[in-house]
Amino acid sequence: MADATHWIGGGLVVAGTLLTLLGGVGVVRFPDVYTRIHAASLTDTGGATLVLIGLGILSGFTLETLKLAFVWAFVMLTTPAAANALANAAFSAGHKPRIGAFQIMKGESSEGAGPAQRDGGVAP
Amino acid sequence: MNAIALEASFALNVALLLMLVAIAAAIAWTRSLVAAILLMGVYSLASAVWLVVMDAADVAFTEAVVGAGVSTVVLLGATLLVRPGPVRVDWRRAIAPAVLVVGVGALLVLAVSGLASFGDPSSPANAHVGRSYLVETPNDIGIPNVVTAVLASYRGFDTLGETVVVFAAGIGVALMLGFGPRSSLPQPPVQPGEHHVVLRVTARLLIPLIILFAFYVLFHGDLGAGGGFQAGVILAVAPILHALVFGLHATTAAIPAGFVRGVAALGVLVFAGVGVVCMANGGGFLDYDRLFMPRVEAMIPPGLLGDPTYSHNWGQHFGILLVEVGVLLTVSSTMVTIFCGFAGRATHDVGSAR
Amino acid sequence: MLLAAGVAGLVVAMGLMIWRAIAGPSPYDRMLAGNSFGTKTVLLIAVIGYLFGRPAFLDIAIAYALINFVTTIALMKFVRYRTLAQPLCSPQDTEAKDG
Repeated sequence: MADATHWIGGGLVVAGTLLTLLGGVGVVRFPDVYTRIHAASLTDTGGATLVLIGLGILSGFTLETLKLAFVWAFVMLTTPAAANALANAAFSAGHKPRIGAFQIMKGESSEGAGPAQRDGGVAP
Repeated sequence: MNAIALEASFALNVALLLMLVAIAAAIAWTRSLVAAILLMGVYSLASAVWLVVMDAADVAFTEAVVGAGVSTVVLLGATLLVRPGPVRVDWRRAIAPAVLVVGVGALLVLAVSGLASFGDPSSPANAHVGRSYLVETPNDIGIPNVVTAVLASYRGFDTLGETVVVFAAGIGVALMLGFGPRSSLPQPPVQPGEHHVVLRVTARLLIPLIILFAFYVLFHGDLGAGGGFQAGVILAVAPILHALVFGLHATTAAIPAGFVRGVAALGVLVFAGVGVVCMANGGGFLDYDRLFMPRVEAMIPPGLLGDPTYSHNWGQHFGILLVEVGVLLTVSSTMVTIFCGFAGRATHDVGSAR
Repeated sequence: MLLAAGVAGLVVAMGLMIWRAIAGPSPYDRMLAGNSFGTKTVLLIAVIGYLFGRPAFLDIAIAYALINFVTTIALMKFVRYRTLAQPLCSPQDTEAKDG
């Protein structure tokens, strides 16, 4: 299978996987819950798009391509909505965002200040 | 499978097993109950991927939707009934359970060493009955998915037992926990201006898609991975999503409690009814070849499923379809009953019960 | 060959998510890691299906893409509101108190 579709499709899959991996590194290394949410949701959705397009090119146009389109549609619909929900809940629970590497928003003492006051009483 | 796929599967197996060990250790050591529940869902997902690597599509399907989906939500509902806060346990009370766990674990490891190796053609599963199922299914039943053929036809009585067990579990939960929301549920703490309009819109889009996909999985179970159990669980996820986003009151107003319990009973009735109809037509219980009377079977057009020259066992096809519909009805309504039973209770209900 | 590299990258990314799920200081970090792990699992099942020549695994991927969302919402609702039965607020419920 040394033709063009093999290399293009495989290349897109590898590119999507690389994007997802970078997002994973971001989630581990970023300092704050909001930046982590941003890293994870953006790279998951973009990486999923690249991987699914790559798989679609690899397989040609069959029924499976329609199923790949469904997977893409559901991932596009749910991942950003879940990220919105998590960020919304985290903010209303009292997490203050960290700005910059060492500068914290005025009036707060550390990252994650104050979630315990307004959460429903669940220990992290 | 080509050579690259074989090597990739070995490396994948090692990586997934390491992940499973890490997740299991984290579940045992974490101090937060919510983290443990989430990690158990992640564990089920890793197991589902591992089952996919071992080429077991139906089992992976069930593990993904049940273990990582409904099970997590029901465990959260059960955690609502628990008083929050740590519990102090004396270490001396943990000696006997620890000895028991280590003993049983050692016995299990010893038993595993006696199993045949993966894919061994002379193992009992692949040589005797398993092989005969693979050989005889195209003649006897005529559907591509041998797992569904074994589950619904060759071992149909077993599946009827499983369906009745699921039904009994649903009835048990409904008896003990009730169904639906108490009017005395506490109001959650909400900030001014906090709303979840994105979730409401997304849920409105997703609920009909989930239901549609559940029916696709039900009808596609003859041809690919799927069938009644997986379809039932996916179908139950739609009312659960509705209850999570729009409130349990709205969901029980749309789908009343009595209706759900009736649907559960109807599923078992359909399954057993198919067996009784087969007996009435002169065969054994659940003998699908005798599902139709001969003059009814002659009225079915031969081209109903495509190729008119290919001989179809109409009794088997329709029997399996009806039986899977029965399983779908019972499993989905039982899952909805269990979720509504747990979610409808609140923490201070437990306080008053003690 | 390229698909195998893709699988390896996805498995490493899943391992990183497990690390965040274990070490996240707040429950929202853990839920984010769980949701992301689920999306990566969907991609992994799709790529493994093509690697092993069994595109029928895509049904599992579609099913879990839908269910991942429901699990994340349930966890978020539990952690934030400590209830599973009360509805999530619409803008009409809270607009009178909007600042």
